[in-house]
Amino acid sequence: MKYKYLEHTADAKFQAFGSGIDEVFTNSALAMFNILGKTSEVKIKKTYKIKLKARNYERLLLDFLEELLFLLDTEDFFLHEVIKIKISKKFELEAVVVGDDYKNYDLKSDIKAVTYSDMKIEKTKKGYAATVVVDI
Amino acid sequence: MATKWDEKVKKVKEDIYQVAKEGCMNVPVKIFASEKLLEKIKTDDSIQQGVNMACMPGIQKQSIMMSDAHQGYGFPVGGVAAFDLENGCISPGGIGFDINCGVRLLTTNLTKKEVEGKIKELINTLFDNVPSGVGSEATIRLSDEDYEEVLNHGLDWCLKEGYATKEDIDHCEENGHMKTADASKISPRAKKRGRGQLGTLGAGNHFLEIQFVEEIFNDEVAKSFGLEKDNVVVLIHTGSRGLGHQTCSDYLKKIEDEYSEIVDKLPEKDLAYAPMNSQLGKDYLGAMSAAANYGWCNRQLITHFTRKSFENVFGENIKLNLVYDVAHNIAKLEEYEIDGKKKEVLVHRKGATRSFGPGHKEIPGVYRGIGQPIFIPGSMGTSSWVLVGTDKAMNETFSSAPHGAGRMMSRHEANKRFTTEGTIRDLEKHKIYVKAASTRGITEEAPGAYKDVDEVIEIADTVGIGKKVARLKPMGVVKG
Repeated sequence: MKYKYLEHTADAKFQAFGSGIDEVFTNSALAMFNILGKTSEVKIKKTYKIKLKARNYERLLLDFLEELLFLLDTEDFFLHEVIKIKISKKFELEAVVVGDDYKNYDLKSDIKAVTYSDMKIEKTKKGYAATVVVDI
Repeated sequence: MATKWDEKVKKVKEDIYQVAKEGCMNVPVKIFASEKLLEKIKTDDSIQQGVNMACMPGIQKQSIMMSDAHQGYGFPVGGVAAFDLENGCISPGGIGFDINCGVRLLTTNLTKKEVEGKIKELINTLFDNVPSGVGSEATIRLSDEDYEEVLNHGLDWCLKEGYATKEDIDHCEENGHMKTADASKISPRAKKRGRGQLGTLGAGNHFLEIQFVEEIFNDEVAKSFGLEKDNVVVLIHTGSRGLGHQTCSDYLKKIEDEYSEIVDKLPEKDLAYAPMNSQLGKDYLGAMSAAANYGWCNRQLITHFTRKSFENVFGENIKLNLVYDVAHNIAKLEEYEIDGKKKEVLVHRKGATRSFGPGHKEIPGVYRGIGQPIFIPGSMGTSSWVLVGTDKAMNETFSSAPHGAGRMMSRHEANKRFTTEGTIRDLEKHKIYVKAASTRGITEEAPGAYKDVDEVIEIADTVGIGKKVARLKPMGVVKG
């Protein structure tokens, strides 16, 4: 399982999984965009590079997801897939994301922000799991 | 269902409950709710968030939760707290991501009968003229100078550009211009995010509704507000779009970086605050105020498009007057009597509406004798309410009233339980025509996913923090 949605009264909460931190970040991005639409239906017409640095993994994940929301609002970018991602032990991230103009698809809601509420990245038996709540 | 709060939440009097001060709490928590709504509030983490508010430095008198409270980030939605200006704080999570999310109400000189036959045409015209939906794009292009003016001067810019009348400005909270605004405190990123979105509705729970006045509860006040039974009104609910969201996110991070030793100890990071007398605290007040100005300009531009749409459908003699415009996610410098002394405090309202009673100097002249208008939207397709502010709210809730119905079902659950077709059909059964940017978003906002707004209103009325004036019933909805 890449990710699953959890109950949250007002907004959207998900848990994303991965054997490594890189995969958890990728699956978190997919979980977030699939709240709005279907990433699997999105064509590959746009490519963006993302480079970030933070003080820990939680903050790095928050910044990464926020960067994607920023691309959605300013570049009309809707994600299909994270095609490359590299995260160092010093909390530096380099990623390449591909997708299309969101206007070509039926999106159902807006995400205002990625919150810190309940955010955690945990070590599990199979790797890692991240929990994220986004404000809708 | 038994919860951990059953022991701690004690009834004070009818519709008022309290969690006594203990542990880190500087003040008690007061919950304004009926027994039934309290039971719903107990089921999520909102009371814990109310307790967390009570532990914040410089909080005055009590941490307040409205009857529509539900779990938020940092503060619960429906949370109100006032802080001392010397040793208190400002908290972005205590205002919310959608800074100056709010509601405005316009009256028309049309009756329900005159609009009924044309409701589809009207809603379709509004839908074409008011950009809505995810990342909806503005039709108005701003120069850099314009954008600065929007942020620093709010509705004054709209007046200059012909998007607002003098009367509109008189009938808006703060006259649509927070004097504490400082555009230079808003990041280039936030400016970029909001640039193409001024004059757009957005998505989520935001909407524009055509309604009629179904019932009047106070003739005299309704008349002063320009409300007549069966007359058609327009309710606009939206906020400061990506600019506000990004500003809140930016400052949560700045606070985490500058005050990491405080933030790391907080029960949740979204509770992050900066001391009110710090540079960062002052910067956030400037940025938040500028985002609030953007929010008022946003609702004003939508008003401009709405007026044009009515003219298109009904001709040029149609007059849409702004009754008032209220913010329900904001922090304001206001004066209260605390421990027998007049004192200026910073009131955070996160999902709560200001409720100034008669005589308050901040209320426009025409309403000063009776109290400010308060608008409480229901969920999509259910009744909305007009209330009037009271003196009692000043003592009980730092002049605050509820802001809406409040969700009780997750979006996930709503998507499972309702279908788009079924929801539209139900609304049509009630003679409500809906046009949405995304039909898929309709189920998430289905009326069944929300608490009953009428009950929220009854409590406000009984407790006396907002008195009933009129109930409005929807005829048509434009949804993001």
